[in-house]
Amino acid sequence: MIPSLPSSRWIRATNAIYLAVFLVFLFLPLLTVAVFAFNDAPYPAPPWHGFTLDWFLGNEATGRVGLFHDEELLGSILTSAVVAVWVTALSVIVGTTNAFLMERAKFPGRQALSMMMLVPLVIPGVILGISILAFASRLADFADSTFGLDIEFLRPGLPLVVAGQFSYIAAIATLTVSARLKRFDHTLEEAALNLGASRTAVLWHITLPYLRPAMVGSAVIAFLMSFENFNTTLMLVGADTPLTILMYGRMREGATPVLNAVSLFLMVASAVLALSLMRRGKQTDR
Amino acid sequence: MIDTGQNLRGRAVLLLLLAPAVLWLLLTIILPHADLAMVSIRERVAPREYVTSLAQYRTFFTEPLYWHVFVRTALVSAVSTLITLLIAFPVAWTIAKIAQGRKATLLFLVCLIPFWVSETVRTLGWMILLRESGVLPALLVKLGIAAAPPELLYHDATILVGLVYTSLLFMVVPLVNSLETLDNSLIEAAYDLGAGAFSVLRDIVIPHAAPGITAGCIVVFMLTLGNYLTPNLLGGTSSQWFTEQIYNQFITRFNWEQGAAFGFLLLGLSTTIVWLGLKASGQRFADVMRRA
Repeated sequence: MIPSLPSSRWIRATNAIYLAVFLVFLFLPLLTVAVFAFNDAPYPAPPWHGFTLDWFLGNEATGRVGLFHDEELLGSILTSAVVAVWVTALSVIVGTTNAFLMERAKFPGRQALSMMMLVPLVIPGVILGISILAFASRLADFADSTFGLDIEFLRPGLPLVVAGQFSYIAAIATLTVSARLKRFDHTLEEAALNLGASRTAVLWHITLPYLRPAMVGSAVIAFLMSFENFNTTLMLVGADTPLTILMYGRMREGATPVLNAVSLFLMVASAVLALSLMRRGKQTDR
Repeated sequence: MIDTGQNLRGRAVLLLLLAPAVLWLLLTIILPHADLAMVSIRERVAPREYVTSLAQYRTFFTEPLYWHVFVRTALVSAVSTLITLLIAFPVAWTIAKIAQGRKATLLFLVCLIPFWVSETVRTLGWMILLRESGVLPALLVKLGIAAAPPELLYHDATILVGLVYTSLLFMVVPLVNSLETLDNSLIEAAYDLGAGAFSVLRDIVIPHAAPGITAGCIVVFMLTLGNYLTPNLLGGTSSQWFTEQIYNQFITRFNWEQGAAFGFLLLGLSTTIVWLGLKASGQRFADVMRRA
């Protein structure tokens, strides 16, 4: 059961085997995706036909359109990145002001508001999507019928996708930044104030630098969550398709290994982001 | 006595901090859901003419297809949550209690890595592994277990595999956190007093880990219920998942009234389960969310 208690060899062996099977289960799908990005065949399926880089480098001339020449895929990566940058910026800003609001300010209804800030996390993504879709189109119809205005950004498209993702990612940023602000040592601010620093200077030189790791951390998480979001995006998407939606469409039709190539790219990118975030986390803990 | 300058300044700062929070919640959560509620209780009687009615909810109960899919989604989600708990528990136990120091950290890290990758990518992996022309059917033929490659996609079991896989992280993390705080000497004492593994688990480990178990189950159930991608791609047309019904009504059939009612039914189910879970374990909502 635990190392300090005697346990039979049989139990320890079972445990080790279980763990090994679990890890295989965990990594098998990812490994499969990665391996078939290099298979010299038009479909990501066995048998193995030999190694090729066609699905990365190929172009129209070679008959196989690889990742770096697939305009549609590259465009969707850019679309996803633009959406993610907006969502990240909005979420970190709102998350930080929310942290100050909840940790520093006193006002009636504070408890209710803090509860309300967690609500977006328990609403299924699909419902976040349809509610924003319905609300935005009501506003658009109202503007159209009352003022004769056609407000483009209230129709399905990237601005609504940003709004939909922001609605719950802001809640995560709020939790992350609040958690760090809660642990802040107030005497640092008091010392600076006693020494004659203005409130703005204290905020800029003491409090915000202290919050930096939490802000960077929530920015990375917000970017990844936005980039990978599917449920909310599916309901709000217009003519420009973000990567996950495009991949979903192609997966339903049965795609070439170029999808494996873009997946491998995503895996490497998110692994690099995750590891650098963890390294940073360790450094600031010390 | 009262420094009005200071007071005014404090008020201005408070308003400045309140504005983003209020705008965020009002514009992306409260008003959209109020609007969705209004859409769900109207009925179109003529083009551009609506009356208030519960017709959409009535359709849900009178049309067997709809509530069958609803009940099925709830049941499959519950089964999937239970399987996730059973698979994740031994792993969490190993990380929290058996592995030591760096090994435990490394194992935990290894468990986290797959979940930094998008669900789309993970689902693509399962499709390549399981479909008729895929890796596992080919392997089964090669090993002589099957004569022809079997289609392993589009079964309920496939949906379960995919759902459990996607949920594991959200179960492992709260379990590890709650098991780590369990004092080993309690287990040692029970063992010295003659308790077997089963009674240690029942009388010591599970009561101590209950908050973590509840938190994990609530989050996993919620995410599974709201999942779209995994049931849709791994289950194909036979997946019959409730989020697909919402999508069909809203996007394919443009019947927003019906889709909105479905949305509220799903939200109601999800909220009820969260509330029951909290009641049963006597926890506060805020604590559970922080734990997860």
